[in-house]
Amino acid sequence: MEPHLFAAEADASGSRGLTITLFLIFVAITLAITIWASRQTKTATDFYAGGRQFSGFQNGMAIGGDYMSAASFLGIAGLIALFGYDGFLYSIGFLVAWLVALLLVAEYLRNSGRYTMADVLAFRMRQRPVRTAASVSTVVVSIFYLIAQMVGAGALVSLLLGIKPGATFLGMDADTAKVATIILVGALMIIYVTVGGMKGTTYVQIVKAFMLMTGALVMTILVLVHYKFNLSSLLGDAAAQSGKGDAFLEPGLRYGVESASASTTFYSKMDLISLGIALVLGTAGLPHILTRFYTVPTARIARKSVLWAIGIIGVFYLFTLALGFGAAALVGGKAITAQDKAGNTAAPQLAQRLGIDYLGGDTGGSILLAVIAAVAFATILAVVAGLTLASSSSVAHDFYANVMRRGQASERQEVGVARVAAFVIGAIAITLSIFAQSLNVAFLVALAFAVAASANLPTVLYSLFWKRFNTSGALWSIYGGLSVAVLLVFFSPVVSGSATAMFPGHDWHWFPLSNPGIISIPAGFFFGWLGTVLSKEDDTAKYAELEVRSLTGYGAH
Amino acid sequence: MTTEVPSSSTEKYLEVQQSEEFGRLRHTIRSFVFPMTVAFFLWYVLYVILSAYARGFMSTKIVGNINVALVFGLLQFVSTFLIAWYYSRYAAQKIDPQADKIKSDLTRDGGGEA
Repeated sequence: MEPHLFAAEADASGSRGLTITLFLIFVAITLAITIWASRQTKTATDFYAGGRQFSGFQNGMAIGGDYMSAASFLGIAGLIALFGYDGFLYSIGFLVAWLVALLLVAEYLRNSGRYTMADVLAFRMRQRPVRTAASVSTVVVSIFYLIAQMVGAGALVSLLLGIKPGATFLGMDADTAKVATIILVGALMIIYVTVGGMKGTTYVQIVKAFMLMTGALVMTILVLVHYKFNLSSLLGDAAAQSGKGDAFLEPGLRYGVESASASTTFYSKMDLISLGIALVLGTAGLPHILTRFYTVPTARIARKSVLWAIGIIGVFYLFTLALGFGAAALVGGKAITAQDKAGNTAAPQLAQRLGIDYLGGDTGGSILLAVIAAVAFATILAVVAGLTLASSSSVAHDFYANVMRRGQASERQEVGVARVAAFVIGAIAITLSIFAQSLNVAFLVALAFAVAASANLPTVLYSLFWKRFNTSGALWSIYGGLSVAVLLVFFSPVVSGSATAMFPGHDWHWFPLSNPGIISIPAGFFFGWLGTVLSKEDDTAKYAELEVRSLTGYGAH
Repeated sequence: MTTEVPSSSTEKYLEVQQSEEFGRLRHTIRSFVFPMTVAFFLWYVLYVILSAYARGFMSTKIVGNINVALVFGLLQFVSTFLIAWYYSRYAAQKIDPQADKIKSDLTRDGGGEA
């Protein structure tokens, strides 16, 4: 493999212009959609739920667009390219998770709520405390996820545009370019959400999902053609080029690593199990995923959209398998780590390699690289827009309209507050991301999943299925699950006490695992039970209404 | 925007909830989704635990460079697709007709949607 691949100056600047052009086209198209959507957005239902007029396929695509972040496109392909089999574990967790949403959450949430997760809790409990709690956990999860995405975006853009320390781009050095990227991504997401509401955001996600699936499909076909559709020889080549041999195709290079120390090995394996559980249980508690179920007319179409999403996401993760092993085989581990230690550029590097081999030499390489880089930008934008929308909806609908104004706010006031909230949350996310950009914040995605699984999932499931559950139980499970997850991570090796920590120079850690899920998820369920039995409150009558409505769809909004 | 629920409608919901018909619907749903959730969760956890602790078994090659771990992982995809398909069929055949019946009775008695 040529070591100059992807890093070559002439090449990079050639495709850089094309990448920027393609990205600008994407931005222009999505802004046009946003303005169109704003004309269609008149009521609160339009703003929060896109008018509930999306079809099952459209919403399935949008769910894919919301869910398949740059972390899963570039991140998982990179993990597979560098660590082989272990990268695959992530995609399996991310996919199986959708069965929780399909079987236990999507339809019942759609039947009993209006705009937010808290609607379901508020149905049977005391509105103000549970809406406040749900709003807090929604904003916390969203901000964690947003910072991880935006810091990632900054780093990624410099990598994809080939801006190296010392070099300048449009008169900016690498650090300024990163900050500029974070601000640009933040500004665009604020525009999508405040102007286009759910309708605009949904179409952005559909367009992005289409681009991402097409890009990944083309690359997958080229990889398979290269190996004459022989999976075994692709794997063999990947193992050989990775420099790790057969171990590359087996579990254990990245997660659950075995070392000389028995306790280190034990914790490493526990960490793997803890991560696996959080991935599977977190998805159905992510606020930006839950709000997607409200954008369709009925629970049955919500079910259909989850079925589409499972198909789309499943096929996409199968593509990433080909991309990851393809990058290992055709680009090689050395060339990938030379570009980025975390492997985030494995997919773009593979795109360039495939373009050179199959699409007419260097020009073809530049074109495919530019396309995939533009897809990656589009991916980041769609995900951050979904997060900003979900959190601002919760602030406006739960906190402002129902806690502060006790349900007395007009629809217009509520939507106005949602727009302001999107702006404020966006501004906070931009500011925090700029401060956090030199820190290692990759763990924030796993933390967002852990909080969603520990605080939101128990509360939603108990509300829907447990007759005895009450206000006290909901507050205990949300605040309890949230605090246990955040505290354990704060005292874990990802924040302090290790070389790759957020604060590598300090050490206050005592919790041995990077992923809190194995403790915090059972804790969230336990607190929900304990809070419930400690309170005498009984809402049997209200639960009767919730149960009848959620299972039959009677009186659904 | 919250709809005031008069006490008569509270009683209506309690009555429906305790009806035999609704009990059957609840049973049809729960007897499928709860065991299925436990099953796919255990199946997935088994896979994660084998990845952590049964390295030798997972590394066994089956055909060429394709080993047990890869096949096990791909089986998770297959089982997810199958469960999703099976649920959608079960729901359409067994759940939806019952739910529709109760909903339409409620709509008729209540003189429209709440």
